[in-house]
Amino acid sequence: MLDGNAIAGTLDDIFGREMTLTMSTCGHCASRGPLAETVVYLRAPGVVVRCRMCQAVLMVVVDRRGTYCVDLRGISALALG
Amino acid sequence: MHISRGFHGRRAEADPARVPPGQYVTDDFPVLSAGPTPRVPLDQWSFSMRGEVDEERRWSWEEFQALPRDDVTVDIHCVTKWSKLDTSWGGVSVDTLLDGVDTEATHVLAFCDGGYTTNLPLADVTGGRAWVAFAYDGQPLDPEHGGPARLLVPHLYFWKSAKWVRGLELRSDDEPGFWESYGYHNYGDPWREQRYAGD
Amino acid sequence: MKWRFATVADVHPETGRTTSIALRVPGWGGHLAGQHVDVRLTAEDGYQAQRSYSIASAPDDDGLVLTVEEIDDGEVSPYLVEELQPGDELELRGPIGGYFVWEESKGGPLLLVAGGSGIAPLRAMLRHRLARNGDVPVRLLYSARKLDEVIYRDELTRAAENDGIDVHLTLTRERPDGWQGYARRIDRDLIAEVAWPPAERPLAYVCGPTPFVEAAADALVSLGHDPGRIRTERFGPTGS
Repeated sequence: MLDGNAIAGTLDDIFGREMTLTMSTCGHCASRGPLAETVVYLRAPGVVVRCRMCQAVLMVVVDRRGTYCVDLRGISALALG
Repeated sequence: MHISRGFHGRRAEADPARVPPGQYVTDDFPVLSAGPTPRVPLDQWSFSMRGEVDEERRWSWEEFQALPRDDVTVDIHCVTKWSKLDTSWGGVSVDTLLDGVDTEATHVLAFCDGGYTTNLPLADVTGGRAWVAFAYDGQPLDPEHGGPARLLVPHLYFWKSAKWVRGLELRSDDEPGFWESYGYHNYGDPWREQRYAGD
Repeated sequence: MKWRFATVADVHPETGRTTSIALRVPGWGGHLAGQHVDVRLTAEDGYQAQRSYSIASAPDDDGLVLTVEEIDDGEVSPYLVEELQPGDELELRGPIGGYFVWEESKGGPLLLVAGGSGIAPLRAMLRHRLARNGDVPVRLLYSARKLDEVIYRDELTRAAENDGIDVHLTLTRERPDGWQGYARRIDRDLIAEVAWPPAERPLAYVCGPTPFVEAAADALVSLGHDPGRIRTERFGPTGS
């Protein structure tokens, strides 16, 4: 169990920019923090990013043979400056 | 493509006829997880058969242990490409759990501590193809590997063998589970390499 | 972010279990202290494995250095530590990361808390601080199991001879005879003794295995340090 720093490269691939400082708001408990501080499960069929406060799923990334399928439904807001 | 001189990865030799397409055999037992490991005391554990059944059934841990037990040795195949051959499990056949159950259901949704779910056709968890396993390699199943009990459905990719399983919901519709709703294949046959939706 | 090829210039054991790999990376645009690279290995049959490694060298240094700890039964680290030779190519991408980064302009005082191989990115920060010869005070608290597992030991000893740079080791499993330093896992009291009081508003960087980082970060917060001035990076197994 790691943190958002472990997927910094993947997030850069997906969003085209550095994302570890980006603030996200949990759709379940409304807590807000940088993506670097999320709880990341890497050893899975996909990357599962969870809220540090309530453990709700924020984001799931599945690498489908070179194409990233990204589910962001657990995030209610992402502050992209 | 660049080749890293002298790098082999950590893979074991195996009879190719036992290895589905795109898989590598390992001697390890990797721990894959989508969330924190649940810890349920056995006196609070139960297994339920619910949904389209005449009557919901529930077993406590003691009642579950009193059911007829199967010991099986099977090959398992994870969608992340590792396969492990000749793994030994002890548990209760899903056929035993469905014994005497009257149902029109066509599908099941396995539900688990921690919220994980996975869906399967009822036909794929019957006829001696599925178990609720609580022992691995002669020992009680470790929480990291799904203990106290996990579903074991070796003919499909191992994400269908749901860890920390607490029951099966019988249904006449097919409701995608956790990985299925994030783009993995609805059925998951490793021999047809059905990893992702649309494969 | 593109994958590129680096050439191994030197392979240098640091301790019995860790090795520093010096790389020449054509076209490297520089990095910030604390950033990491992703490394990708490909076997002859196309099998690939990928891992992240912190950059242990400062932006001011020549070339890039990665310090790799060999994990028992690891898939990638034994290859990097035991097999890789000068002249070999390594595929990597980076630099990666914007959160776990320190540069002089961020100021201080700077509190660095390292567990085991978590020292690598913090060493880059320390080297950067020394290279810039600035006046930000630094306190490094480094937890290791035994003295011969302390990475960069001589370098850290020399760094501590500078005014304004303090290095504290704590050895959790074994101590040499006559050891005068700390001898336990990091806890609230240990941090309270080493760190500045919250009123000084230090910038804290905590790196190491997940349980270590959580214990240290919780301790800092419980002592009254501003969570917004604590940055964490958790190391752990990533292979599946």
